[in-house]
Amino acid sequence: MLKDALTELLYVFCGIIAFYSVYVTLKDKNHPSRIPTAIFWGILGVIFSFSRIGMLWGNKNIKIDDTVVGYLLVLLAILSALKLVKYNKFNESSKEFKAEMADKIGNKIFIPALALAIIAFIVAQYWTKQLGSLVALGIAALVALIMAMIITKGSTKEVAEDSRRLLELVGPVSMLPQILAALGSVFTAAGVGTVIADGIKGFVPQGNILIGVIAYCVGMALFTMIMGNAFAAFAVITAGIGVPFVIAQGANPVIASMLGLTAGYCGTLMTPMAANFNIVPTAILEIKDKKYGVIKYQVPVALTMLVIHIILMYVWAF
Amino acid sequence: MIKLIGILIIIIGFILKLDTIAVVVFAGIITGLVAGMSFNEIMKTLGSAFVTNRYMSIFIITLPVIGLLERYGLRERAAYLISKIKSATVGRLTSLYLIIRTLSAMFGLRIGGHVQFIRPLILPMAQGAGESRYGEMQDSDKEAIKGLAGAVENYGNFFGQNFFVASGGVLLVVGVMKELGYKIEAIDAAKAALPIALIIMVVGTLQFLYYDKKFDMKYNAKMRIKNDITKNV
Repeated sequence: MLKDALTELLYVFCGIIAFYSVYVTLKDKNHPSRIPTAIFWGILGVIFSFSRIGMLWGNKNIKIDDTVVGYLLVLLAILSALKLVKYNKFNESSKEFKAEMADKIGNKIFIPALALAIIAFIVAQYWTKQLGSLVALGIAALVALIMAMIITKGSTKEVAEDSRRLLELVGPVSMLPQILAALGSVFTAAGVGTVIADGIKGFVPQGNILIGVIAYCVGMALFTMIMGNAFAAFAVITAGIGVPFVIAQGANPVIASMLGLTAGYCGTLMTPMAANFNIVPTAILEIKDKKYGVIKYQVPVALTMLVIHIILMYVWAF
Repeated sequence: MIKLIGILIIIIGFILKLDTIAVVVFAGIITGLVAGMSFNEIMKTLGSAFVTNRYMSIFIITLPVIGLLERYGLRERAAYLISKIKSATVGRLTSLYLIIRTLSAMFGLRIGGHVQFIRPLILPMAQGAGESRYGEMQDSDKEAIKGLAGAVENYGNFFGQNFFVASGGVLLVVGVMKELGYKIEAIDAAKAALPIALIIMVVGTLQFLYYDKKFDMKYNAKMRIKNDITKNV
């Protein structure tokens, strides 16, 4: 109960940051795309803050209808497609100011950064059942923020400006992971997974252990690349390929299934569909290549790991 | 077969470098339509999944504190500290983080994250190590450091997490296998994840040290040429 209400409160806060972007964008007379940008962040803020607002006081029925959210998403997609979501200049501190403050504040600046990680960890570790790891992160973010404001003597205005700056830098990509998860659920509802599993089944010969192992591991990686999510791939590919072609031939089900799942993770490393791991970080780390900036370094490691999975499953599971 | 049209749309969209969000929404709508769903049904499925997956964007909640710390020189300080450690290199630093990240994931410790760890701490440290060792680096190499810093988080997170008994992956394996008629224990599934957790630490480290070697050759070679020139003068 408390957990759900507090989690919802976090989403409300996320929405408020988006609303602040709306406010600053509308006030900025020189903004290159003022109204569309404000609409974009406004809609996103509404979905975050109000889609399940009733959960705050435990009333599940007060919410925005999912169908309405769906239509709003289409509108966001149109704004993003027309490249209408932009940002103007930010009120950022200068290089000299940063260097000077780094010198003046010294290592104390690390205290809030470490507190964020440590508090999130401790709360999540001890109160997982009552609060969950999301709320733990929220509590940690709040405590760390207070510490940071004391140590840096920064103002709330600066906090608001910096939050908006980072959000707008990430831009529309910040909603991509959720959109992809939504696509996954349409795929599932439409039965895309079974079509693929049947397709692979069609040309894998029965009775050869090595080919079965390769089909399972590569199938997991490929289908994960399509879905962007190994969890979604696991049920489909394990039922379609793992059981008939690997486990039914005498493999240890524990070892085969666990290696099957992590073989899928090799696919996660190689696909832009896993946006929260591969695309959002390019924005967070300000990498120029927005699609493959992280993926291209992961591909050699992912392929190596995939081969290792195949060898390990073949040798260890039988 | 026709149901696969959504996948085709996405592949084409990526090849033509069209706007990703628009392509994904379009693919979802078309897939739903060919599967016989009504437009409103598709909207409902999209909307519902988007709302329940809001947790994926929870990093937004940490932006205020990270932003403020950066304004007051967090990244500059991290880079400065590392530049004082003479033996620090890009590769050694990322490898060290890989080991910490993998081990903490293995024991269910929630340490890490691109926003919480990589951007404010690990990346500036790696950049600081690079600059103090090689001086001003070329843009392509700076991008490589960023890419590797993004990758290390994923390596440790992905392949370490399933050694933890209560991790999502272990629960999924146990649940799916039960549905398929194989009763397996969570603890056994977790143990089966051990070899891969150890292997990723080795494979990842090899990649990072390879980049050290690459940078060393590139920039030390340059420095040597520079020294030769000054000698001749």
